[in-house]
Amino acid sequence: MDDCASPLLRRLLDTHGSALHATHARLGDATAIVKPPALLEVMGFLRDEPGLEFDMLLDLTAVDHLGEEPRFEMVYHLYSLARNHRLRIKARLPESEPVVASLTGLWASADWMEREVFDLYGIRFEGHPDLRRILLDESFEGHPLRKDHPKAARRPPVEPRQA
Amino acid sequence: MSTGPRLRLPGERKDGAQPDLHAEHQILNMGPSHPATHGTVKFLIELDGESIVDLDVQVGYVHRGFEKECESRSWYQCIPYTDRLNYNSAILCNLGFCMAVEKLLEIETPERCQWLRVLAGEISRLGDHLTRCGASCLELQAMTPFLYGIEARELVWDLQEMLCGARVTTNYVRIGGVKHDLPEGFAAAAGDLLAKVRSLLRDFDAVVTRNRIFVDRLKDTGVLSKEDCIRHAVTGPVLRAAGVPLDLRKDEPYLVYDQLDFDVPVGTVGDNYDRYLVCVEEMQQSLRIVEQCVDRLGALGPGPVDVDDPRVRWPAKGRVFEGMEELIQQFKSVTEGPKVPAGEGYLAIESANGELGFYLVSDGSQRPVKVRCRPPSFLNLQPLPLMVRGAMLADLIPTFDFLNMIGGECDR
Repeated sequence: MDDCASPLLRRLLDTHGSALHATHARLGDATAIVKPPALLEVMGFLRDEPGLEFDMLLDLTAVDHLGEEPRFEMVYHLYSLARNHRLRIKARLPESEPVVASLTGLWASADWMEREVFDLYGIRFEGHPDLRRILLDESFEGHPLRKDHPKAARRPPVEPRQA
Repeated sequence: MSTGPRLRLPGERKDGAQPDLHAEHQILNMGPSHPATHGTVKFLIELDGESIVDLDVQVGYVHRGFEKECESRSWYQCIPYTDRLNYNSAILCNLGFCMAVEKLLEIETPERCQWLRVLAGEISRLGDHLTRCGASCLELQAMTPFLYGIEARELVWDLQEMLCGARVTTNYVRIGGVKHDLPEGFAAAAGDLLAKVRSLLRDFDAVVTRNRIFVDRLKDTGVLSKEDCIRHAVTGPVLRAAGVPLDLRKDEPYLVYDQLDFDVPVGTVGDNYDRYLVCVEEMQQSLRIVEQCVDRLGALGPGPVDVDDPRVRWPAKGRVFEGMEELIQQFKSVTEGPKVPAGEGYLAIESANGELGFYLVSDGSQRPVKVRCRPPSFLNLQPLPLMVRGAMLADLIPTFDFLNMIGGECDR
């Protein structure tokens, strides 16, 4: 439960302590909650620092904590092929301005996953080269994975697109 | 000898200059339902003659709101939805989800259950690889190997049916256990069927592996280097074909994989042929694992297949009829479903396509706050333009096929 459970977190706290809100290693998942403005810098450090070498961004998603502020939470799962270790990075984003830096410059895998989060949560990624919907149709209104989007919402069938 | 004007070739200019056939790029729509792809996806292809200049992959045609649906269901009700993620290897999807929930509950399943899960998972993986290799041959115009592959898959699904009563949407794994133990006569049937599967794989190999047409279409097409795989978080057979021996069954052993004897095949250049060879070898390894599991389960003897934890599993029927406590417990389990302690957890297993991860968030109630499935198909498909840019249009078919994109899992 304590911060020092993971040497990874220890290392991150030592070098970027001021960029972190909190850390924990519950259920064995080392987790660091990063202040959004420092996200890009921390991620770059994690990727390039010898001994950490997180060369894969395996997963990227968001959670909607409706009723809390900041409302949205970005969740990143990193994996190091060279070192065979994992780390979870989180960042909370306010409801009024759900914007966060894009990681496409660091890992190519972020591209589609950021588009998906944009599509389903309406979170915008600054610096993303091609931020458009990916799973839903362009004419879809709203962001369905937000907790205030009704599950039973209906919409008319999509018209065939004119070439 | 005729002195009249020579006929002009189409596109040839009057002054005799070479015709410029590549003046304009052509945009070609392929999909979302195309006979030469197994997977529902649309490609917008920019062509220069027959060469691919660029490609836009459009996914989402099988999006059904898996995550949204799960958020309004109890934890148990999510399991059948996971069947529909990768419908070729449904048990592996069941397994990934249930193990992630168990992580939140901090439950350790009994030994017999773990062996059963590995057994079921490897049968499932076998079915998935057979579909991938068989269907890819079909899309390269080879009907016979497709029939070998599908016949073998039918046999594998016979086993799956014995195990869980269903062939495709299995719903076999439970939170803290499995649906039930091996049926009577399973070991004998498995021995019999797996021998037939081996024989079919030999036939498949004889027709395909050194077939000149097949090799020509697969070798050096769709190459994705090791570095590009890693940048794009590509996992599974596609990554291993590029020479990276990452297999969670070895690198982060879960269940009883550390007690099993199997190898992880890797490729060298990461082209389609390597992917094919890796898949074929993985099938042999899965067969080995299944046989070891059957032997081990026989040696273990009868034992519990469910964890003895009232939070997630029902009490035995006999006890429900006799005891008031157990009756209440079952009533609450059925009507409310289990409560999962507040927290978050990410758990990944090696599915047939790569790392299948589930990131779950619970607020301590009966319903999940968030069920994120990390789909290997989605991430493996992402670098497709990189693999086919500059290649011939016909190379797109084997490249896409051996990525084994499954719409249900990619689009969720």
